[in-house]
Amino acid sequence: MLRLLSFTVFLATWWIAALLAGAERLPPPPAVLTAIITEAHSGALFFNLGVTLARVALAFTLAMTLGASIGYLMGRVRLANRLGDPWLILLLNLPALVVIVLAYIWAGLTEVAAIAAIAINKLPTAVVTVREGTRALDAALDEMATVFAIPRWRALRHVILPQLAPYIAAAARSGLSLVWKIVLVAELLGRSNGVGFEIGVAFQLFDIPLLLAYSLSFVAVVLAIEIVLVQPFEIRLSRWRPRAA
Amino acid sequence: MQLEVDIARKAFTNAAGERLDVLSDFGFALGAGEVGVFVGPSGCGKSTMLKILAGLDHDYQGRVTRPAGARIGMVFQEPRLLPWRSVEANVRLAAPLADEAKLSALFAVLELNAHRSHFPGELSLGLARRVALARAFAVDPDFLILDEPLASLDDALAARLRDQIAILVDSRPVMTLLVTHNVDDAVRLGDRLFLLSPRPARILADLTIRTPRSARGEAEIAAIKADIARRINGDHAERDAS
Repeated sequence: MLRLLSFTVFLATWWIAALLAGAERLPPPPAVLTAIITEAHSGALFFNLGVTLARVALAFTLAMTLGASIGYLMGRVRLANRLGDPWLILLLNLPALVVIVLAYIWAGLTEVAAIAAIAINKLPTAVVTVREGTRALDAALDEMATVFAIPRWRALRHVILPQLAPYIAAAARSGLSLVWKIVLVAELLGRSNGVGFEIGVAFQLFDIPLLLAYSLSFVAVVLAIEIVLVQPFEIRLSRWRPRAA
Repeated sequence: MQLEVDIARKAFTNAAGERLDVLSDFGFALGAGEVGVFVGPSGCGKSTMLKILAGLDHDYQGRVTRPAGARIGMVFQEPRLLPWRSVEANVRLAAPLADEAKLSALFAVLELNAHRSHFPGELSLGLARRVALARAFAVDPDFLILDEPLASLDDALAARLRDQIAILVDSRPVMTLLVTHNVDDAVRLGDRLFLLSPRPARILADLTIRTPRSARGEAEIAAIKADIARRINGDHAERDAS
């Protein structure tokens, strides 16, 4: 109910702003809705959203898997941490644009280059978060697992991962928002489809309704994924806590 | 099946960089079916010793021979349960081979049947202690290690739990090591009593109680307790004199 109210306020503000600024600069909601419907009819909207989503999914999975593994290793093994730390600092502070441009130069304007560039941008934050989580692991529970000779994989699954879950969830949450932001830049610079590409086209044609149509559809998809996938997942992870925050 | 311990020295380096001796010239042997009890003042190094015996700490001078392939069941000073698994799932994780009949019997003895599906966060400390005991027994241990399993429980509950431990220990031939600072628990549960000195811990006396646990009368228990008190205080007198 509160969410609906919040959404209505957003629409009203938009409409009023559009009336004040003029339809040239900020088209009112119906104009954008028309653009969305047109794009949806031609199938372009769903195709481009789908392509972008596939890139996000691939890059996100890649970065999370690699990042969590490297972070765990760096949190556990002192040598790995000392070797990896300079690289981590470099990657953390490297502008996304540099990574994307270099990836396109070295690997060509290919799908692999785009996905790798997005994944590399997201990787260091995942590493840092999971490394902190690994450092915070409870040594008492490790001892328990050792004494009871719980096999390594079972211990990882049932003793270690549940302790890391909040950190992995935090990395996923912040990482997902980072990926949403970067994927469009990567598409704008080097792909010929996807939401980022369409926004680039709309920008060049100065077609503001089209630009907003893609932007808002994209935001809607992001919100839907947050509400349908991410939040229930977080609730499930913390269901053993007497009172989840 | 025998445990042989001969630790020449175990030292810690504390945060200030000083080396502290925790154990020195610490040796004993324990056979299958025996319940050995360590009685000593707080902070004398009992938990450190248990960690070495459980194979969790390899940084010491000396030798510990555990029976090859011995299954260890351990109750730590704190319950150390996984908060994200139910009581039953906690026990089953440590003891995947335990069948339903065995678990039921164990939960019945420890009066845990009503709490099987509860999470550890919902349990009192006494209940959590019992779950830790259930977990240690569920693995069918050859070597059972109990680190102050009755500490900080009220007397009535501690007595009940002590009886439950006695029942479980007598129900199978298992080599048991119990650490406590409560002389009463020690005399009621142990076959062999090791009295420890303050840090660095060494064994002051090694007493054997031949009467079976269930047959020990109050008079006998009182006599043994008096003997222990005399030995401990005698040691203090000796130290004061020197």
